[in-house]
Amino acid sequence: MDLLVASPILLHLTAGLLCVVAWKSVPAQRVISIVAALLGPLVAGLLLVTVHNSGPQTAALAGWPAPYGIVLVGDAVSVIMVALVAVVGLAVVVYAMGALDKPRERAGYHPLIHLLLTAVNGAFLSGDVFNMYVWFEVMLLASFVLITLGGTRGQLEGAIKYVTLNLLSSVLFLSAIGLLYGIVGTLNLADIAVKLPLVDAPGLKAVIAMLFLVAFGIKAALFPFFFWLPASYHTPPPAIIAVFAGVLTKVGIYSILRVFTLCFPQQLAEFADVFVWIAGFTMVVGVLGAAAQFEMRRILAFHSVSQVGYMFMGIAIAGVCLAQLAIDPAGDEQTGVLRQAAVVAVAGTMIFMLHHGVVKMNLFFISGIVMKLRGTAELKHLGDLYRTHPMLSLLFMVTAMSLAGIPVLSGFWAKLVLVRAGLDAGAWWLVGAALFVGSLTLFSMVKIWAEAFWKTTPADADKALAAHDESQGGPVPGVEPRAGQGANLTLMTIPAAALTVLAVAMGVGIAPIYRAAERAGEAVMNPDQYIEAVLDAEYLERLDEHRAALGLPPRRGGATVVAEADPTPSPEDPS
Amino acid sequence: MNSVILRTAARVLLPLLVIFSIILLLRGHNVPGGGFVGGLLVASAVVLYAMAEGPRKARAIMRIDLQVLIGIGLLIGLAAGLIGVAAGEPFMAGLWFEFPAPGLGEIKVGTPLLFDIGVYVTVLAVCLHMILSLAEDA
Repeated sequence: MDLLVASPILLHLTAGLLCVVAWKSVPAQRVISIVAALLGPLVAGLLLVTVHNSGPQTAALAGWPAPYGIVLVGDAVSVIMVALVAVVGLAVVVYAMGALDKPRERAGYHPLIHLLLTAVNGAFLSGDVFNMYVWFEVMLLASFVLITLGGTRGQLEGAIKYVTLNLLSSVLFLSAIGLLYGIVGTLNLADIAVKLPLVDAPGLKAVIAMLFLVAFGIKAALFPFFFWLPASYHTPPPAIIAVFAGVLTKVGIYSILRVFTLCFPQQLAEFADVFVWIAGFTMVVGVLGAAAQFEMRRILAFHSVSQVGYMFMGIAIAGVCLAQLAIDPAGDEQTGVLRQAAVVAVAGTMIFMLHHGVVKMNLFFISGIVMKLRGTAELKHLGDLYRTHPMLSLLFMVTAMSLAGIPVLSGFWAKLVLVRAGLDAGAWWLVGAALFVGSLTLFSMVKIWAEAFWKTTPADADKALAAHDESQGGPVPGVEPRAGQGANLTLMTIPAAALTVLAVAMGVGIAPIYRAAERAGEAVMNPDQYIEAVLDAEYLERLDEHRAALGLPPRRGGATVVAEADPTPSPEDPS
Repeated sequence: MNSVILRTAARVLLPLLVIFSIILLLRGHNVPGGGFVGGLLVASAVVLYAMAEGPRKARAIMRIDLQVLIGIGLLIGLAAGLIGVAAGEPFMAGLWFEFPAPGLGEIKVGTPLLFDIGVYVTVLAVCLHMILSLAEDA
C-alpha cells in the first residue's frame, strides 16, 4: 500500500528521467511518454478505489514515521485531484504528438511535461507543508521552461510576468511556513492541525493564514492577484497551455482547501467575508475581462480566472457555514443544515475542478485545432468553420455549452451544487453573482461560436493575416506552423473528441462523481479521519492529554471546527 | 588559453582531481564530503582542462552526452530509492549490505551511497553542461 500512494509521483518522475536519457531520440521519448500517460489513469484509478474502500492511505518515506519524517497522504480529496491529473496528462500527451512542432518537441517537451505532472501529483499528495512548497517550486521550474519553450518574443514577455508573480507567491508561502514553524514547531499538516489550537496567538495565526491565502491565491489566479494569467496564457502553443489550464490553478485552490480546512478552520470562519468577496470579484472580473477580448485563447484565459472564482466560491461558502456555526454552536436543526451545506459546498468545488479541468483543456485543444486550420485565433479573421468543419463545430458547441452550464452537461451540475450550497448557507449575493456570471459565460461562448464558426469569413482575412505576420516580423519558420503544416490533425482531434465525450458522460453520469465529491467534502469537514490516518494513536493520545490539561475542549467527535471557534470555553460545560 | 604550462598542468591534475573527488564522495557518509562536492570537483577539473584545451575537447573527453548524463545521474538517485521498495521496505529506506574485502576487513555499502553517486553524477553533468555551453558561446 505504501508504494501505491507514491506511485503517481514515481511514475511520472521515472518517465521524465527516462525521457532525459533518451534526449537524442524523439521517437523513444514519445514511446516512454505515452506509456507513462496510459499508466497514469490506471494508477490513479487503483488509488481512488483503495482510498474509497479502506480510507486515507499514507506512505512514510524511508520509514520515518509522522510527524518526524515526510509523509504522503492520499485521502478522498487528493485522490480526486490525482485522477484529474491522470486524465489531463493522457489527453495532453496524445494531443502534443499531433500538435507540437518538431523544434519544441526536440527541446524537451516530453521530459518537462512529465516533470510538471510529477510536481502536481506531489503537491496533491504531500502531507507536509514544506514538502508542498518544494513541489510548488518544481512545478514553477517545469512550467517556466514549458511556457518559454520555443522562445518567441510573446512567450518570453508572458513568462516574465508569470515567473515574477509566482516567485512572489513562493516567497510569501515560505515566510508563512517559517512563521508557522516558529509557533507550532512542526511541518506535518496533521500535526499542525492538532497543535495549532494549543497555541494562544490569534493575531499571528491570522497573519499566517492571510499569507497562505495570498500565496495560494496568486497560484490560483484569484482576484486581485490574477494578472499573470491573462498576460501569459495566450502566448505558448495550446499543447502546453492546455495542461496549465487543466491543472495548475487547481493546485492553488486545492492548497487553500487543504490548509484552511485542516489547519486554519477558525481563520476560515473569521475571514469568511473576505473569502466571499474574493470569490465574487474573481468570477465577475474574469468574465468581464473575457467579454472584452477578441482572440480565442485570450477569451479562454480570462475565463479561467472567472471559473477559479467558482471553485473558490465553494470554499467561501464553507467558511460562511463555519462562521455561522461558530456564532451559534447549539445543536438545533439549523446546525445540521449548515454542516451539510458546508459539505455540499466543498463537493461543489471538487466537481467544478474536475469539470473545469476537462472542459477548459478541451477548449484550448479546439482553439489549437482552429489555429492549425486557419493560422490564427483572432475572431475577426475567422469564420465559416461550421460549414467547412461540422464535426469540430459540434465538439466546440458541446464543450462550450458545458462550460456555460447548460443542463445535463458537466458544468450545469458543478454550478447547481455550488448554488444549492450557497442558498442553504444564505450567501444570497454570492449565488446571485454566480448566476449572473453564468449568463455572461454563455455570452462569451456564443461570441466565439458566432464569430469563428457561424459568420462568413471576411474577404480580406488572408490579407489581414499576412499583415499580422508582417507586424510580428513575419511567420517564424518552424515555430508557428500555419494551416496544418507539420501537424497531425487526427492525433489532435482524438483527445478533443474524447474529452467532449467525457464532459457529456460526466453530466449524464454525475451520481458517482457527486458521491465521490461528497465524500471529499465530508473528509474536509471532519478532519479527524485524516489526522488519525497520518499520526500515531499513542502520539495523538499524548497530545489530547496535553489539550485537556490546557482546559481546551476535546478534539474528537467531529466538531473540531465548532469547538475551536469558541475561544472561551467554560470549564463547567465541556461540550 | 594557449599556454604550455597550463596544458601540462591540466593534464597532470585532471586524474589527480578525479581520484580526490572519488575519495570525497566515499568519505562523505560520515565526515565532510559527499556527492555534491565530489561532483563539483570533477566539474572543476574538466573546466580546467577546457581552459587549457578548449571546450570542444573537454566535451570529447567526457565521452557521453552531458544531457544524457544528467538523466542517468537522476535515475541512479531514483534507483537508490526504489531498491528499498524492491526489498519490501518503504520508498527511500536505507539498506546496508556487508561483505568482506581482502585487506580492508568488512565493508558496508548502502543505498545512501548509491544515492550519493547519483548526486555526484548529476552535479558534475549539470555544472559541466552549463559552463561548457557558456564557453562554447563565447
